[in-house]
Amino acid sequence: MAVEGREFSASRARTEPSNGGVFDATGRWLLRWWPAIAGHVAFIGAWWLIVVWGDIPAFIMPTPWATLQTLWDPTYHWPHHVAITAGEVFGGYLLAVVVGIGLAMAFCWSRGLERGAMPVLVTLNMIPKVAMAPLFIVWLGFGLFPNMVIAFTISFFPILLTTARGLREVEPDLLDLVRALKGSRWQIFRKIQLPGALPYIFSGMKVATVLAVAGAIVGEFMGSSGGLGYLMQSRQGFLDTAGMFMAVILVSIIGVALYGLVLLLERWCVVTDARIE
Amino acid sequence: MVEQDSGATTRPPIIRMRGVKKIYRTRGEEFLAVQDVTLDIGEGELVTLVGPSGCGKSTVLRILAGLQPHDEGEVEIGVAGSAFDAGRDVGMVFQQPLLLKWRRVLENVLLPAEILGLPMREARDRARDLLAMVGLAGFEDKYPYELSGGMQQRAAIARAFVHDPKIVLMDEPFGALDALTRERMNLELLRIWDESKKTILFVTHGIQEAVFLATRVAVLTSGPARMADTFTVDLPSPRELDMHNDPRFGAYTHRIYQRLGL
Repeated sequence: MAVEGREFSASRARTEPSNGGVFDATGRWLLRWWPAIAGHVAFIGAWWLIVVWGDIPAFIMPTPWATLQTLWDPTYHWPHHVAITAGEVFGGYLLAVVVGIGLAMAFCWSRGLERGAMPVLVTLNMIPKVAMAPLFIVWLGFGLFPNMVIAFTISFFPILLTTARGLREVEPDLLDLVRALKGSRWQIFRKIQLPGALPYIFSGMKVATVLAVAGAIVGEFMGSSGGLGYLMQSRQGFLDTAGMFMAVILVSIIGVALYGLVLLLERWCVVTDARIE
Repeated sequence: MVEQDSGATTRPPIIRMRGVKKIYRTRGEEFLAVQDVTLDIGEGELVTLVGPSGCGKSTVLRILAGLQPHDEGEVEIGVAGSAFDAGRDVGMVFQQPLLLKWRRVLENVLLPAEILGLPMREARDRARDLLAMVGLAGFEDKYPYELSGGMQQRAAIARAFVHDPKIVLMDEPFGALDALTRERMNLELLRIWDESKKTILFVTHGIQEAVFLATRVAVLTSGPARMADTFTVDLPSPRELDMHNDPRFGAYTHRIYQRLGL
């Protein structure tokens, strides 16, 4: 119906932003992000003011500048420790994504398997993973791999749950659509269930990023010879609060980087309804 | 004149139903949804199946689509002597558009072609033609949420035709639309039917709609569904909205009201 089409494109045209040059693009970027930037700057400013005005000793709370200065100090070996922690976080997280989504798919294909295995996994998930850390160290020894495993165990369950849920929540009529065409079980999975589950999968993956970081750090606290968690513990003895602050900031940056990657992947994979934005 | 019509099809039948019965069984309870449906639909006809809500009309359609088995009676689809593929040769339009929200309109229309493994290049051309036919030219690359309800249902109709089926089954396709859009869609459907020469079975609870669209009307009474009447609609073609005022139109709707005991 031509009338409907015209109305539609007219309303689209009105909301379309003007297509300007580079300056326009940066301007729009700033317009969108300045509150976030201002928020961060205000937070660091407040930190600085509290330390200076409150006359807080450096071993309780260092100034932002003192914290930043530790970065230039080679005795910390930042790149080495960052690499270890990042390896544990990314490795454990990747494993969690693969195993979590893989298991959910297996459950989707076999109801029997789901009925048998899911309750066991729910029970296992009730165990505080942090409590398992000493055991993992006994079983797997010190180092990168056991900490990766801890990050994995703590972060895989939300991915499994949301993926399993997403694969199950399909509109029955959509299945009929494919069945009426005598489509196969695999086609239903590939064309309807899996793409439909993507928003669920990503919501689980986002929750899991935080957990993977926590898991890796807990592992490093328990026993390790490197990583930012290890560094924090070794600096605790010297009351080197600035170094510990920097370690925390770098851990957060690792977490934010992981989260950002997941967001990018989501934007690339999932078609979002523009009305939700 | 209207009352004397036998209502049997004069064309070679592509759908034959004889004494079709369907019982739903849930937790030991039985529910008789369809008791006795006998109906022949000729090739190229547009038959409307009209009856009150929840009378089992949709069940009849689902049996024909192969989505549900029937318990008794005979169902035959296809013209004698020519091959009929239950997947390839049936297209379906549901009450809701059921577009995949992560696919663009063109990709949605192509879904049946993908499932059936048809050559995609030709399917793509055909899908574009169909979208133009349903008035959606220029909307191929939009996502479903960018379309109004009526436009989404048009896309769903294009999708039902993309694999060139012999029969198109429509389950109250315009039931969720507003009255004005619905009237427009009725006219569009008649045009599409005229252009495509398909056999269409159209389920509705709208009595006016049933008469306006049909070459023949089949009336089902409710709980359980039973054939109450079939008759040929003898109104000029192409149909126009003015025909709602035609005395024959009134006679046909009156006949349906009577059969349904209203």
